[in-house]
Amino acid sequence: MQAERDAAGTGQAAAGPATGHDEAVSAGPGPRRPASRGAAAGQLLRRSARWETGLVVLVIAIAVFGASTSSEFLTGYNLFNLGLSSGEIAIMALPMTLIIISGEIDLSVASTLGMSSALLGVLWSKGWPMLAIFAVLLLLGAAAGLLNGLLVTRVGLPSLAVTIGTLALFRGIALITIGANTVSNFPAAYTNMGVQPIPHTELSYSAGIFIVLAVIFGVVLHGTPFGRSIYAMGANQDAALFAGIRVKRIKTLLYMISGVVCAMAGALWTFRLDTAVQNNGLGLELDVVAIVLLAGVSIFGGKGSIVGVVLAVLAFAGLQNALLLTNFNQEATGIVIGGLLLASVFVPNAVSFTARARESLARRSRAAPAAIGAGHE
Amino acid sequence: MSATATQRRDPAPPPPDPGSRRLTERVFRVRESGILAVLVVFVAITTAIQPRFLDTQNIQFVLINTTVFALLALGETMVVVSRNVDLSIGSVLGLSAYLSTRLFSQVHGIPVPAVFAVGLAIGLACGVANGLMVSLGRVPSLVVTLATLYIIRGIDILIVGGNEVVAQSLPNAFANIPQDTVLGVPDLAIVIAAVVALGAYYLRSFRSGRELYAIGSNPDAARLAGIPVGKRIFTAFAVSGALAGLAGVLWAAEYQTIDSTAGTGYELLVVSAVVVGGVAIFGGSGTAIGAAIGALLLAAINSALNVLGIAPFWDQAIAGFLLLLAITLDRVISLRLVAALRVRSSRRAG
Repeated sequence: MQAERDAAGTGQAAAGPATGHDEAVSAGPGPRRPASRGAAAGQLLRRSARWETGLVVLVIAIAVFGASTSSEFLTGYNLFNLGLSSGEIAIMALPMTLIIISGEIDLSVASTLGMSSALLGVLWSKGWPMLAIFAVLLLLGAAAGLLNGLLVTRVGLPSLAVTIGTLALFRGIALITIGANTVSNFPAAYTNMGVQPIPHTELSYSAGIFIVLAVIFGVVLHGTPFGRSIYAMGANQDAALFAGIRVKRIKTLLYMISGVVCAMAGALWTFRLDTAVQNNGLGLELDVVAIVLLAGVSIFGGKGSIVGVVLAVLAFAGLQNALLLTNFNQEATGIVIGGLLLASVFVPNAVSFTARARESLARRSRAAPAAIGAGHE
Repeated sequence: MSATATQRRDPAPPPPDPGSRRLTERVFRVRESGILAVLVVFVAITTAIQPRFLDTQNIQFVLINTTVFALLALGETMVVVSRNVDLSIGSVLGLSAYLSTRLFSQVHGIPVPAVFAVGLAIGLACGVANGLMVSLGRVPSLVVTLATLYIIRGIDILIVGGNEVVAQSLPNAFANIPQDTVLGVPDLAIVIAAVVALGAYYLRSFRSGRELYAIGSNPDAARLAGIPVGKRIFTAFAVSGALAGLAGVLWAAEYQTIDSTAGTGYELLVVSAVVVGGVAIFGGSGTAIGAAIGALLLAAINSALNVLGIAPFWDQAIAGFLLLLAITLDRVISLRLVAALRVRSSRRAG
């Protein structure tokens, strides 16, 4: 635990976890062991509780760091900016969490955002009413997700390859749709969402939407049979299938949800910048994946929580914002994010490694006390 | 991973004639045949519409464009075959391209091979870092190399800032590398073809090369069989990094203006070239030759759109569509093949 805090607080990968408490030993399922054991729920709860504690410490550390570097950091206006600049990424992280827990991945999210933004621009410039455009965008997102889902579940292709393909395809469709044009001057009623907070709060609209969605996703994932089945198929797809879970249908649905949410994020992005261009959101997919992994969601599926994702979003957004207020080269913040990502995989490994080392030490000393005693004499 | 569930369906009806069956089977067994057929058909159609596509000049252009991707694809193949993935190559390429060619203005009269050596060394260092973390740290390579993608690009941005290496600072001996030809074939293409051939030979015929496939097919079984899994995976990442470093210098020779964005997004292009070339994304099968053909196909598509006067906007959509088509076809064909083999072996047994 101590080691986790230290490493998380400083954002460093190397951790010498010499001071692990005994609780770390008792909850030591190796995070990379693909086959999760029975009665995993209790262990999972303990494990994620610990992970989220680490994240809370990290978020506090970032807040302290931000406040100490700039008096601007904890002002309401800055918090509004923070929510604004990371809102879309945060929103897209929610469906990504479900997909990764189910054992798949969706790299096409940012391209779906771009495709939605491009279509929004073109339809608006053709004089479509905004509500009709929204309906089209949601259908577009659902169709994009359906394509991903069918290729993954019905054709049986690996999702990594499929969504790299649709990443290019959807971005390509955005290019074809809008070409080299830029559409701006959207109605003020919508673009105001990008520059004004929700009345009486310091929240941007995108942050507000994220909070509402996070609650919905959290309840669905943690409180419904549907949510439990997502964990089940991520932990062991065959077992889930034999248990009567409609794995293919649920995965397809998850991809469709992801498509719809990303299409919505595309509209938010477009209104925030008041521009629809073909490269809106280019490369964001890796940011989204980074957040989800930082949240403690296992890339092999079956583990993770929405609370973790919310905390990881706060850490990600807070860190970027805090670095923005210092004179650190803004584009190089990737170093810090990459470091956090490394820490997020190495810390649990280091913890479980020390746990195993202690166990085997204990076993050895139990097995051959006489020999050890003889050695001492 | 998720493939096993769907493999037990619809055995294809037994083909009538055993002789022809064996031939088709052999053709299907060579995984590259599909991608090669696609390439040939693609070139034929494009040439039929616009004969200029097969001009010497255009062929040279396509070959030069392929070289960087073929190098990257070779390294990525080694990594992917072992059931890992290296997403950091685009960032490695960028870092190496800038740092190595900056030497031309920093060290007066530095020989060109020294610059290539520096690029290789930078790439190797990055690859070693990846390899150590994946093999010793035992963490998923997707996460590690996603992190180093960010970190290496960040370092690149910190070093480069708003600067760039411009064409005027490059000596002619370096800047002309892409233009030199032997009998109309670019020197560079020959060298890279030789490198790819060497890599393919290594993967196919060397013990340690074969062990990469074993690891990719079943890491646990490979470990039990006494294969030094960590060592092999480390080597694959080190080689992938070194090749990406080398590719960075070549990239610089081709584009001649190097800023901090060089190679951004190449990782996904290269992974798609490798997958189109028949390398299974979950390891265990595929060849370096196939991956190189995949890179060639992507470069050919690029050029064809150009030659046919199709707006470059279509580029990405077509590339994405072809990737999806390629992996779908590959899947359908391999399902058929498995079914056919099962029918045959059951008949033999009975």
